[in-house]
Amino acid sequence: MNTDILVLAEHFKGEATEITFEMLGVARTLAAALHGQVAAVVIGADTARLAARLGAADTVLAVEQAPAAMMSSESTVPLLQQLLARRPARLVLVAGTNICMGIGAKLALRLQWPYVNFCKAVNATDGVLTFTSLLFGGKILADLRLPDNRGIVSLYPGSFPPDAGQSERAPTVEKIDLPVEAGRVVFKRLIEPDATDVDITKQEVLVAVGRGIESQDNLSLAEDLAAVLQGAVCASRPVIDQGWLPLTRQVGKSGMTVKPKCYLAAGLSGAPEHVEGMKNSALTIAINKDAAAPIFDVAHYGICGDLLEILPVLTEAIKARKGA
Amino acid sequence: MLKMVPDVVEELVVAADGKSLDQDTLRMILSEPSDHALEQALLLKEKHGGRVTVVTLTAPEVDEALFKALAKGADQAIKLNVDQTVVGSLATARALASWLRADPQRQAPDTLLLTGSYAIDDLEGEMGPCLAEMLQWPFVGVVTGLALDASGQKVTAIKEFFGGLRGEYEVDLPAVIGIQAAARPPRYVPIAKIRSFMKSATLGAAGVAPPDPAFALEISRMYVPEATGRAVMVEGSPEEASRRLVEILHQRGIV
Ligand SMILES: Cc1cc2nc3c(=O)[nH]c(=O)nc-3n(C[C@H](O)[C@H](O)[C@H](O)COP(=O)(O)OP(=O)(O)OC[C@H]3O[C@@H](n4cnc5c(N)ncnc54)[C@H](O)[C@@H]3O)c2cc1C
Repeated sequence: MNTDILVLAEHFKGEATEITFEMLGVARTLAAALHGQVAAVVIGADTARLAARLGAADTVLAVEQAPAAMMSSESTVPLLQQLLARRPARLVLVAGTNICMGIGAKLALRLQWPYVNFCKAVNATDGVLTFTSLLFGGKILADLRLPDNRGIVSLYPGSFPPDAGQSERAPTVEKIDLPVEAGRVVFKRLIEPDATDVDITKQEVLVAVGRGIESQDNLSLAEDLAAVLQGAVCASRPVIDQGWLPLTRQVGKSGMTVKPKCYLAAGLSGAPEHVEGMKNSALTIAINKDAAAPIFDVAHYGICGDLLEILPVLTEAIKARKGA
Repeated sequence: MLKMVPDVVEELVVAADGKSLDQDTLRMILSEPSDHALEQALLLKEKHGGRVTVVTLTAPEVDEALFKALAKGADQAIKLNVDQTVVGSLATARALASWLRADPQRQAPDTLLLTGSYAIDDLEGEMGPCLAEMLQWPFVGVVTGLALDASGQKVTAIKEFFGGLRGEYEVDLPAVIGIQAAARPPRYVPIAKIRSFMKSATLGAAGVAPPDPAFALEISRMYVPEATGRAVMVEGSPEEASRRLVEILHQRGIV
């Protein structure tokens, strides 16, 4: 049986986000293995412009929405359900991002289909699909099968090549007239980050601290090191949640994506949501007291030890070298 | 609605069936976003009054987590008779939903149901959207700020997108909100206080029909990922390791 694939395109401020192209690339692989077609769904304002970029899909289903609205599971799930009734598909790909959070799980329950969360890899050898999910903060992988190749799959951002979902081709665009109802969740406004703090995306050197820093007082160890390296201090989520550093310093899924020349990570475990924001750093150095911490799989160099001991010594060693 | 999850600080061992985690070596802790959901509930109670009820499934170490919640200020802690360690994330939500449905009081129009925004084992879907769909309540997740409207019929939720960008949403009650981070870090409560609650307080127990375990997914294999790239470890005393690192930084033109 032909298996058609539906991709829920994600966009922000009028542009398709990178995960959309990752999803389209995966959809093309699946469609090739299952002899199906790929349809992308765009729900938003100015869908014509957005749709034009989605040439990797065979068809784009465009649902026009009032400007300044944001995707929410409340409005999106009923729409997808109606679209699927008109345009049957067996696989639905959704973005595993904060923006789309909840859409896949709700749609799966509504359709009584299985749902695969945290999908990192897809294998489609001989028409048999295997989805690999990242569980327990990256410590375990699970290989999964969907009975009858039917289900909803949420792709983990940054796991698939976005190039595979790019195409110069102009897709067939079909306008679909469906009312988008805000319902009981109303988007009021977008809150921009505070622009007065240092912009960590522009720093060449970042000293990143995680929960291992233990207290706000210890932050000065990282600040001293960042100062001798002419860089800035950034952090993982728990440090920000403690209120020890402003939100503008958070690296990762909900925070910033950085690509410094050097990323020195001290006392952070290397959770996938953090790694998402720093994996393209040119040089990554990790300091962690746990030799098995996943950050050592991402870093180029590692020191296994206590950051409270190592950071000041390293700062002094750099000072000495500079003085020499 | 709080959730216990395996403590990933411990090494996770795959069971002999190759499809699940080894139960004997598993240590369970309160999921971190759940802890934030509890904190946010307590903060709202302090500001607006109301009652905070904490509900979990049965799991190792859960009693301690529940007494701790009471010590922090929750009014009631209830443990359902379903073993968290053997059901998936969907069946967990089913069990909690059937407890909520068992008494109309639990679905009163001013009910605010807080969950952790996610848990590290949400393979079949996060608890928040699953509960919202089962109850047909509105839902917003990844929330880091929550305020009750003056009317008492709505909440304003701040949801994180990415890059420090956030969105403000208005949500009608009753609603399910997935908390990513409370407005303040979860409060500290001294062990002595938890102990005294263990002596004086009682946990509520509630029975629900065993949830449909239907795990629509087929798990063919669970395994520990092979390290893709492995860092070159710089050995030696902090002084020696630092000297080597400085050389590396120098070669790269950073120092
Ligand atoms: C939707 C979503 C969005 C998220 N967004 C983000 C995000 O944007 N950014 C982010 O960072 N996280 C994010 N997270 C959270 C993420 O999953 C992890 O919980 C978080 O990154 C863990 O932070 P950590 O590494 O500092 O803490 P932990 O995982 O607790 O690690 C602390 C580490 O410090 C080490 N350590 C402790 N003491 C010392 C010492 N003295 N010396 C050396 N090492 C020490 C320990 O061995 C451990 O490895 C998100 C999660 C979700 C689900």
